Amino acid sequence: MTSPADTVVRKGLSPRKRAQRSRLIQYAILIALVLFALFSANWGQIGSVFFKPEFIKATFQDGVLQALVKTVEYTAGAFVIGLAGGTLLALMRLSSVGPYRWIATAYIEFFRGLPAIVVFIAFSLLPLAFEGMTIPFDPYGVVWLALGIVASAYMAEVIRAGIQAVPKGQIEAARSLGMSPGLALRKIVLPQAFRIVLAPLTNDLILLVKDSSLVFIIGVAATGYELTGFGRDLANTYSNLTPIVVCGFCYLIITLPLGILVRRLEARAEKSR
Amino acid sequence: MALVEINNLHKSFGSNHVLRGIDFSVEQGEVVCVIGPSGSGKSTLLRCVNLLEVPQEGQVIVRGEDITDPDCHLDAARASIGMVFQQFNLFPHLSVLTNCAVAQTTVLKRKPEEAEKIARANLDRVGLTDKVHAFPAQLSGGQQQRVAIARALSMDPALMLFDEPTSALDPELVGDVLTVMRKLALEGMTMLVVTHEMAFARDVADRVVFMDGGVIVEQGPPAEVIGNPQEERTKLFLKRVLDPTHVQDN
Repeated sequence: MTSPADTVVRKGLSPRKRAQRSRLIQYAILIALVLFALFSANWGQIGSVFFKPEFIKATFQDGVLQALVKTVEYTAGAFVIGLAGGTLLALMRLSSVGPYRWIATAYIEFFRGLPAIVVFIAFSLLPLAFEGMTIPFDPYGVVWLALGIVASAYMAEVIRAGIQAVPKGQIEAARSLGMSPGLALRKIVLPQAFRIVLAPLTNDLILLVKDSSLVFIIGVAATGYELTGFGRDLANTYSNLTPIVVCGFCYLIITLPLGILVRRLEARAEKSR
Repeated sequence: MALVEINNLHKSFGSNHVLRGIDFSVEQGEVVCVIGPSGSGKSTLLRCVNLLEVPQEGQVIVRGEDITDPDCHLDAARASIGMVFQQFNLFPHLSVLTNCAVAQTTVLKRKPEEAEKIARANLDRVGLTDKVHAFPAQLSGGQQQRVAIARALSMDPALMLFDEPTSALDPELVGDVLTVMRKLALEGMTMLVVTHEMAFARDVADRVVFMDGGVIVEQGPPAEVIGNPQEERTKLFLKRVLDPTHVQDN
């Protein structure tokens, strides 16, 4: 008896052998590239431009840690505003009142579609356009507002998805116990929705950490410099890239643990499913 | 006066006319089991009693109050109607104790200590005293459903609705839940139960209602409806349910 598989041509290497050979070739290419880089690069120059020890030391002495703290402060405040605004927008998008839905949709589409830098430029020009206008908590107020406005648009969609992911039976159970819609939302739906979106919200927080670098557009005083502004200023002063590299690593100090946290949260969510 | 009185109830989902004029009542202390093939509208009828489904036509009068009236204080009415769902619908982010206490403190405005005491008493009633601090995900289906019953009982309801409470359970866990329900019935709780458990309906119900095609086909004491059905549709349904291996000869 012949099966259709018997007619398949069997010549040359078996698929497994072929895969093995392909892997070997890939390793060989990689090793060749690394060796080429090792021998062709001018390591002395690279070291002195990017990793000069005296400039690393100077960067710390000039206050890279204060800049790190500023980055965290700008981000944290914007996250709070984004979270509050995002929740409000999410609820508006799910409202039974049409105009609320339209307003929220328009807001979200507008600020999601806009580069964050445009919002920052607009905020930097506000005092020029409206003479004498001040935003409280200078310079924090402007930064938190500009970052928070953009962040709330992103977070609104995440939170909306979270609210909609709470099973309908939960609302029915809450309502059948006599809870009003608002009470059911506060006690039953939102706590579960935030649990669901914890991982994606942390992702938004990482994006926000990086977006805080746009603060230098607004033109804050040197005491208000966050990591990027600080690094750029110092790199200009020394005509050397080392301060920027140090600042770059400082971002990783914030974002890498957050990234690990996201993966943990995702793993936990996967398990409880 | 009947505890629940339903007059000429109609409910459609789109073009699907699910309830086609239901007249029906439940007396104080009565245990009524609603049986019928899937799609017959029995769950929809139950969900109309606390207005989780809003009927297009007809009245639902609970304790003398027409809850289909827009002026009715629906949340207050619902607080006095306990409901147990097929899928339990426990709040997964709250402990067993808080599941039973949260509506007491927020809806009935009971003090936390009082609510906790009542919650513990009702968890004791369903045999879960040792699980008060567990979370729903740590419990078996049967245990979750008993917590759901305790949660509803903690509101001191005048009426309990059960929507296929054992249909989502593993067969060996069904007995625990039915035992709790049987105990409730003996204690005099007014119960409206949508179920496929014919033995439960036969033993516990004061009255059995058979629904098909959105209408009540036949109702009466279990000995009559299940033991000696008059309508052809009831006979056919019972034959299928009581002897699932029976091959229909056309």
